[in-house]
Amino acid sequence: MAAHLSYGRVNLNILREAARKELREFLDKCAGSKAIVWDEYLTGPFGLIAQYSLLKEHEVEKMFTLKSGRLPSADVKNIIFFVRPRLELMDIIAENVFSEDKMHTPRDFHILFVPRRSMLCEQRLKEQGVLASFINIDEYILDLIPYDGDLLSMEYESAFRECYLENDQTSLYHTAKGLMTLQALYGTIPQIYGKGDCARHVSNMMLRMKREFAGSQNQILPVFDTLLLLDRNVDLLTPLATQLTYEGLIDEIYGINNGYVKLPPEKFAQKKQGEASKDLPTEPKKLQLNSAEELYAEIRDKNFNAVGAALSKKAKIISAAFEERHNAKTVGEIKQFVSQLPHMQAARSSLANHTSIAELIKDITTSEAFFDNLTVEQEFMTGVDTDKVNTYIEDCIAQKDPLIKILRLVCMQSVCNNGLKQKVFDYYKREILQTYGYEHILTLNNLEKSGLLRPQTGSRNNYPTIRKTLKLWMEDANEQNPNDISYVYSGYAPLSIRLTQVLARPGWRSIEEVLKMLPGPHFEERQQLPSGLHKKRQQGENRTTLVFFLGGVTYAEIAALRFLSQMEDSGMEYIIATTKLINGTTWIKSLMDRPESQTP
Amino acid sequence: MAFITANWNPLGEAFYRKTELYEMCWSLKDGLRDSLVAAAPYGGPIGITRTRTHVKKTHMSRCVSDFALSPPAAVLREPLRRSPSSRPQLEIFSSSGVSIASFPWKSGPVVQLGWTVSDELLCIQEDGSVLIYDLFGSFKRHFSMGQEVVQSQVLEAKVFHSPYGTGVAIVTGSAKFTLATNIDDLKLRRLPEVPGLQGKPSCWLVLSQDRQTKVLLANGPDLFILDNTSCTAVCPPGLSPQAGSIVHMSVSFSYKYLALFTDTGHLWTGTANLQKKLSDVETKRSTKPKQMVWCRRPQSQQPSVVLMWDRLLLVAGVCNDTIQFPIEDLCVLVGELDGVRIISSTNQELLQEVPLVCQDIFKIASMAPGALLLEAHREYEKSSQKADEYLREIKEQSMLGEAVRQCVEAAGHEYDPSTQKSLMRAASFGKCFLTDFSPDAFVTTCRELRVLNAVRDAAVGLPLTHTQFKQMTVQVLIDRLVYRQFYPLAIEVCRYLKIPDYQGVSRVLKHWASCKVQQKDLSDEAIARAVCVKVGDSPGVSYSHIAAKAYECGRPELAIKLLDSEARSGEQVPLLLKMKRSQLALSKAVESGDTDLVYTVVSYLKNEMNRGDFFMTLRNQPVALSLYRQFCKLQEQETLKDLYNQDDDHQELANYYVTASYREKRLESRLSLLQSAVDEYNKAKNEFAAKATEEEMRLLRFQRKLDDEKGAGLLGLSLQATMEALLALGLHKQAEQLYRDFRVPDKRYWWLKLKSLAEKEEWDELEKFAKSKKSPIGYLAFVEVCMKSNNKYEAKKYVSRVTPEQKVKAHLAIGDLEGAADAAIERRNESEMGAVLSRCAASDRLLIEKLNRAAAAKK
Repeated sequence: MAAHLSYGRVNLNILREAARKELREFLDKCAGSKAIVWDEYLTGPFGLIAQYSLLKEHEVEKMFTLKSGRLPSADVKNIIFFVRPRLELMDIIAENVFSEDKMHTPRDFHILFVPRRSMLCEQRLKEQGVLASFINIDEYILDLIPYDGDLLSMEYESAFRECYLENDQTSLYHTAKGLMTLQALYGTIPQIYGKGDCARHVSNMMLRMKREFAGSQNQILPVFDTLLLLDRNVDLLTPLATQLTYEGLIDEIYGINNGYVKLPPEKFAQKKQGEASKDLPTEPKKLQLNSAEELYAEIRDKNFNAVGAALSKKAKIISAAFEERHNAKTVGEIKQFVSQLPHMQAARSSLANHTSIAELIKDITTSEAFFDNLTVEQEFMTGVDTDKVNTYIEDCIAQKDPLIKILRLVCMQSVCNNGLKQKVFDYYKREILQTYGYEHILTLNNLEKSGLLRPQTGSRNNYPTIRKTLKLWMEDANEQNPNDISYVYSGYAPLSIRLTQVLARPGWRSIEEVLKMLPGPHFEERQQLPSGLHKKRQQGENRTTLVFFLGGVTYAEIAALRFLSQMEDSGMEYIIATTKLINGTTWIKSLMDRPESQTP
Repeated sequence: MAFITANWNPLGEAFYRKTELYEMCWSLKDGLRDSLVAAAPYGGPIGITRTRTHVKKTHMSRCVSDFALSPPAAVLREPLRRSPSSRPQLEIFSSSGVSIASFPWKSGPVVQLGWTVSDELLCIQEDGSVLIYDLFGSFKRHFSMGQEVVQSQVLEAKVFHSPYGTGVAIVTGSAKFTLATNIDDLKLRRLPEVPGLQGKPSCWLVLSQDRQTKVLLANGPDLFILDNTSCTAVCPPGLSPQAGSIVHMSVSFSYKYLALFTDTGHLWTGTANLQKKLSDVETKRSTKPKQMVWCRRPQSQQPSVVLMWDRLLLVAGVCNDTIQFPIEDLCVLVGELDGVRIISSTNQELLQEVPLVCQDIFKIASMAPGALLLEAHREYEKSSQKADEYLREIKEQSMLGEAVRQCVEAAGHEYDPSTQKSLMRAASFGKCFLTDFSPDAFVTTCRELRVLNAVRDAAVGLPLTHTQFKQMTVQVLIDRLVYRQFYPLAIEVCRYLKIPDYQGVSRVLKHWASCKVQQKDLSDEAIARAVCVKVGDSPGVSYSHIAAKAYECGRPELAIKLLDSEARSGEQVPLLLKMKRSQLALSKAVESGDTDLVYTVVSYLKNEMNRGDFFMTLRNQPVALSLYRQFCKLQEQETLKDLYNQDDDHQELANYYVTASYREKRLESRLSLLQSAVDEYNKAKNEFAAKATEEEMRLLRFQRKLDDEKGAGLLGLSLQATMEALLALGLHKQAEQLYRDFRVPDKRYWWLKLKSLAEKEEWDELEKFAKSKKSPIGYLAFVEVCMKSNNKYEAKKYVSRVTPEQKVKAHLAIGDLEGAADAAIERRNESEMGAVLSRCAASDRLLIEKLNRAAAAKK
């Protein structure tokens, strides 16, 4: 069921299998029937590792969501808490344990910390007086979760906020640990490049850990040639822009969570013959999106403007395939046709689904509002009037458009202008506070601290230089048959991916100037391989680079990297890893502070 | 070579042989007489103490438990009474008799010596206390077998081994048994009384069966089993009552077989669960044997019991056959997994059944493939063509593979290196004629034999057989070498056997270093240097582990020096905390990157230090400080404030007050918190935030006032929402006031008012408003908002006022295609014409033509 993970250049199913094995081992430690109490945040990521069937095989009979009060009754021997190591969750667990019915046969309690156990949490449980109630306290090291054949994510939502706002590097520690796990399975990565403070920190920790575990390293031929660590704050611009790939737009509009998207149901109503579509489904339609679906793999990274053509081409192929049945004359031919039927039917329903999704998206992308918004974004990216108050933003505020949309635009203007003029800066802030409420002063403060929205300081605006040197704006982006990564934003080439591209060829030395303008150090490290593990490269064999985005990556950036992998002369294949899959909205949201108001 | 069978003695269908292991290196003045001796199996060490001072009583244990040895019974007959002032010497030897430790025994009289599985010496004293010494004679710890024993005294004691570890059993002067199954997890069990038993039984032993530990004892002819709760009389099957009193008993290495010896010289053997009899042997000796030990090997052909009297060693097979060996000197028998070691004052021998494969090869006139191969190789070395004949014979039976296997296996069982060599050479020779024969067994056996020959050397003194070595595993062998401080040899073995560093060399180095730091005659500096040079960055050696050892030995400075070399910062932290180097611990925790560890140290410091010092410490560690802030944000808001205060972080302090203000229900407290925020923002020179917060306060007061006056329900709304609500309520004047007071930009206010009036359909008001001055938002907005309320009539009013650029849009908005077309044509704007065209239906033929013409004209 996770076959799509193994089709890529690197078989990420190995990682998934390792994770499953560990899970099974833990479950078997708690003999007898069990119920799992979930930290709700974990269910999504866990779904990518193990379905309910696996849990069931190991005698998991019930599943609950962690909440305060008494645990629901369940006639099981073991209660296992699957939680992140957070203090507030410990308090809930303590409450659960305390209110356990003493009259019943006692149930055994266990805790599984994901991804790491924490002394702080155990201390808290001890203070609450329940630590001794637990038979097993274990950790389940789930740092990097395989999302697709070329994509790993830690789904660590607050990583960017913690690193850049709160100076809390927990996520980086987990990143380093995750990379060590990865190296244990796929061999030591001989070359490490990085840009940014967090990248430097992760790399330092990795090198230290390698020293610590020297000797235990396995003798595996390295699968990855290079690791590139990129701080999100090196490229603050890209996530702010509206993604224009198919997958990017689905995420922007509906949000993709742990590989699933929830869509408005109307378009997906089953039209049965003779039956009027009287009872429209009210539950949102939930679809899984990954490369296991052939059609989706084909179109997800296309610019949305090229999706329509791709879909209609596909439609023709499928109906032609169905037509084949008329040509099937002999029993053998019919048999062959029938054997292909399930595959064809799956393809047909997949096509129907994506046609519906594309229609939904098209309604939005053809709207004037979408167009106006995009125009302004592109103006900013090309450096038009970034030093003035923008009328469109003003109008949007006056219309009380969603605050996040405003923040995305304002931040974008700030980033593209290397900070806003004090007057413009204050004007925007005042408009936002007056319109959306003064409590957002905290959010604005956060944005300022993380460098997304800031006043211009003495130095000149170096964004134009960066744009020109790295060719961030391509005038004639070809959306249908792209020849450059800029197609993913219809003109704008994501800075992060340009850095990746330049690193592969001709190398960062050619852009030293620009690298100095971007925040944080850039560096290169080498990890010694045990002799005998040096790869003998076949002629024409591609190199593999793992690009790790610290603080999040967007689907459009992923699409751009996949595009680079597929380019015939690139000679490089990319595997993507990140702390969290983000888009501008979820990203800004993670930086917002909303004090809970007590006054009604 | 021809004499290999010279020391073979037939016993039933099998053969027994006695191989000399060592000439003992020791020189014992009185031999083994008058001594308590304990020799551990698997070639373990030997502990001896003279029994001069406490042999007043006649109680030495007579039967031998499987693992530890009791002293020879000879002591009983001639107890030496010397003055109590002369202290006996406790001596520890290696198996080959090399002295390891020797010291005068200063404690009370010892009843029994025994070795634990981890090579520690147990000395069980008369008063029931058990003293534990390590291999080098240093005292480790002690425990007691019970207070009441001090009175009644231990008559006999036994050390035994079971899956639970090493245990001790005693019988006291009041005929009571007490046992502890695992001395490392001491739980004393007092066993029930035995009916009719006075003093000690005639013989007894400890059985470990079905996870239960029991005592089997004989009182005259009666046999009892004592378990936790009861004492049961038992009767071995087939032992006739005429056989007499049982005076000696022995159980096999695996607790599977039992041997009983009666005072009529009758030897009964059977299963230890007393279900089955194996044999009866009449030894025709009525004196009690000094020692009786089972001699078996795994897959034994012919198990036997070895009995020892003063001048005779008797091997009694289960087949009723016997072998007799005369002995000159007093000996000690040590039961092993696959034989019996016989230690005398001058030498040491191994008595064992000849393994089947050795029989096959070396038996006179054997035609086994291995034997033929050995012969073939011998002829080959003589360059004789007979080699070919032998080889042909094996090959004809297609037994060459088997022949090689036999030679390899037999080599493993041989003790003499030259025999090993000739067997291995024969195997190697045979292998040449085989195509796909796995060399693994050959290579492994070669390696293992080299290792075994090395550890059997008298200087090392571990006379292990190959079978024992396989059973104990190479890891344990290395441990034992390490424990005996043969570090270089251990390292050589690890390297030679290619054991991964983690389990091999590193482990040895770790032990070496832990031992090194205890050397008192060297300076901290010298030791640290020596350790660092040797250990370097060997994988898996934990410097913190070594440092912890140093700290235990009272050398904190050395510990700190060693910790410096620890690569894993995380590992250093617990020890540093223990050593009260909390500052250092904190910086190491930070270095490790493990935030949980940092939290741990921080919470430790928080409890250890006063608040001022604590804050100061954090201040020097920004990472720790920000983590602690995070913690406070979630858990201790008040502390957070103190932290900001101490750092003079006015900006954050202000933010803190803002956040806090939202938690307040009462407006007054809310305002006062906001005022604090304003003050702090001012201190932080954040003019904008200060002003904004003042504005907020002003708005709150305004809202409260209107809520009170008009019940408007405004409190908590944003400024924009407040104005919106005011307009909706028709409170235009108040809205205007806010607009002016808060210097709301015209554009935003116009939008607001426009929408509000349209919503309330106050069209006249709207028109008035539109004319009040030039609209800052243009007039297209008016058109669109009116259309949104579906009022085309009103919308039309504003179309004429729209700027030329937006004219087309405005006409289109009200659905006036012609007007739009005219405007577009007038502006000669192609894309606008296109936009109009796209809205035209097919029926608008005239219009389409007009537009097309205009477009064409432009081209």
